[in-house]
Amino acid sequence: MSEEPKVGVFVCHCGVNIGGVVNVPEVTEYAKILPNVTCAENNLYTCSEAGLVAIKEAIGKHGLNRVVVASCTPRTHEPLFRATCKEAGLNPYLFEMANIREQCSWVHAHEPNKATEKAKDIIRMAVAKAALLEPQTEPEVEVKDASLVIGAGVAGMTAALSMANQGFKVYLIERDRELGGLSRKLYKLYPTLVDSSEVVDPLIEAVKSHRNIELTTLTTVKEASGYVGNFHVILRTMSGDKEIDVGTIIVAIGALNYRPPEGLYQYKVYDRVITQEELDGMLKRGALGKPGRIVMIQCVGARKGEIRPHELEAFPKSDTAELLRKILKARKEEGWPYCSRICCMNAIKNAILIKEQTPETDVVILFTDLRVYKEYEDFYKRARDLEVRFIRHIEEVPPEITLTPEGRLKLVAYDSLSGLETEFPADWVVLSTPMRPRRGEVLLARMLKIPIGTDGFLMEAHLKLRPVDTNVDGVFLAGTVSGPKDVSESIISGEAAAGRASILMGNRKVRTDAITAVADEELCIGCGLCEELCPYGAPKVEDGKSKIREILCRGCGSCAAECPRQAIIMRHFGDHQILAQVKALFTPESLKEVEI
Amino acid sequence: MAEEKFEPTIVAFCCNWCSYAGADLAGTSRFEYPANIRIVRVMCTGRIDLTLVLEALRMGADGVLIAGCHPGDCHYQRGNYMMEKRFDYVKNAVKSIGMEPERIRLEWISASEGGKFAALIREMTQQIEQLGPSPFRLTGNPK
Repeated sequence: MSEEPKVGVFVCHCGVNIGGVVNVPEVTEYAKILPNVTCAENNLYTCSEAGLVAIKEAIGKHGLNRVVVASCTPRTHEPLFRATCKEAGLNPYLFEMANIREQCSWVHAHEPNKATEKAKDIIRMAVAKAALLEPQTEPEVEVKDASLVIGAGVAGMTAALSMANQGFKVYLIERDRELGGLSRKLYKLYPTLVDSSEVVDPLIEAVKSHRNIELTTLTTVKEASGYVGNFHVILRTMSGDKEIDVGTIIVAIGALNYRPPEGLYQYKVYDRVITQEELDGMLKRGALGKPGRIVMIQCVGARKGEIRPHELEAFPKSDTAELLRKILKARKEEGWPYCSRICCMNAIKNAILIKEQTPETDVVILFTDLRVYKEYEDFYKRARDLEVRFIRHIEEVPPEITLTPEGRLKLVAYDSLSGLETEFPADWVVLSTPMRPRRGEVLLARMLKIPIGTDGFLMEAHLKLRPVDTNVDGVFLAGTVSGPKDVSESIISGEAAAGRASILMGNRKVRTDAITAVADEELCIGCGLCEELCPYGAPKVEDGKSKIREILCRGCGSCAAECPRQAIIMRHFGDHQILAQVKALFTPESLKEVEI
Repeated sequence: MAEEKFEPTIVAFCCNWCSYAGADLAGTSRFEYPANIRIVRVMCTGRIDLTLVLEALRMGADGVLIAGCHPGDCHYQRGNYMMEKRFDYVKNAVKSIGMEPERIRLEWISASEGGKFAALIREMTQQIEQLGPSPFRLTGNPK
């Protein structure tokens, strides 16, 4: 580009997040003397309305043709600032971000001087790259107006129905013979005590009869390829493989209830020690009778142990499947480190059910921390009014369970309030266990390139800002596949995922990233190496020259790295742009001459 | 006068999808690590070739870290494999210009491994401190 670069630098305080560590005014003054910088300002929050207006005004006032924002990570805020540039008439690819929060102030909170120097380096590097940025055009791709929903539990069915009702074709697949997933095993749902079947059965009926939903059970995903708008999936069904083309994919394969190992709290040793899931089944069948006392123990296999470094020691050779296998094995014995958050409510709900059926039954809940949030507090009070007894014990002294000579269970627990050991003869001991990730997630996650969190659940693109998106455009998560949820939360996430997918399908077109490869015909010798190594089949040698089809190119840059003639340029990540960053890092003295 | 402590500068090429996100998570989780690292974001480690590594060293990096997704997790299916395949000759090239091959490292950090990222930077900074300044460092410590 022949035009002289005019870079504007906007340094963000991010409240105290950056400003509390990095000396923002000093950094801003420093930015002013960097080569090609026309103006530098700082804002309390650059991403606020006022901050964005300031960028737009500066672009107009100073005739800026490049913008650098020094704030947080481009992984969350780059789209916002790019859009701001676009609104001010600047090509969004003439924008560069300097990450001085996640990768500076937040990790060097106790070294403010070093953090300030590092922030200057990061901004100098970003300015150097910005000066070399070029405008890009994002290629547009068609989005097929069909979706694949994997898993027909509550979340999957909800998502499928929502999209089908909007007129999109939905392929809903389920690996089991029956629909409903985990919710089939539930009896009553808190806090309304509605029958689980009253929620699930209408959903099942609706998805079965909807003309836009093609439902197949006993079906799994065999292979998946493609990209947003154009996924090609091979399904393994009972009647052979079936190939489909969809624009979006929703993963809703759910979770499992953790089963304690044999012997933990005498589980599987005494048959009157059961899990909440098993209690649900008994209540449903009316098989509980009129017991004298039921003791529930919370957090069995939850908030226990930790995922140790050696389990995470995946580098350099092992892979994700191996990692999850190791985690599951260790977790079976020790339990899961997180709070599954639905178990407290589930226990209270079952306690209320028992109390309302047989008020004479003494129900005791042994807990360490009781987590009842929002309106569920009332539910807890209702249990107290029904004289359910809540006893806080401590994890260090786990309750001991033995059998009396009469064959009744005897539980000795430590009451942390009185500091005394208390004995409870009991007819049933019920263990509240957490939800845990499925192992089947791994294959699917790898096929679709969704990262797995260290808790074993699939990871959302951003816990707060993009809770049902994944790192892969066009692929969304619904239900317990991303972490423990109750039925209503699963429905919410199913609706949310369907909404996100429908935006793509409703627009029929999506602009994909302009970060793609382009081959220089002059330099190319037509060796075909790029064609050979590209996983997407983007380059094709025609008439002795490589041509890269930008719609197919995903922008990894492997071809650019391997090309023996260095004939392939990566848009936005060219050698010259990357090296300018590195060069700027090591030439801090290359400031522009200060006008006197 | 006490000798000034050697503060190495490490250039880290991090892939956008895993390691850069892992570095972000280290920040979100407030895991502290030495301020000796400067991250250069690339879309994939498959993008990193010999030229970029050697140039970074020539310009004065005391260490170069290439960090990408775990094998099998590459956002682009196999960019990290391609990096792994070329890593041996990158190392040999570094050796042949008279530098310790330990100055360059290839590591896998996922988007969920903020703790691992911080631990790695602590460990690598220590390692480079022991190796001492790069022989290519012309201008001395810029800090």
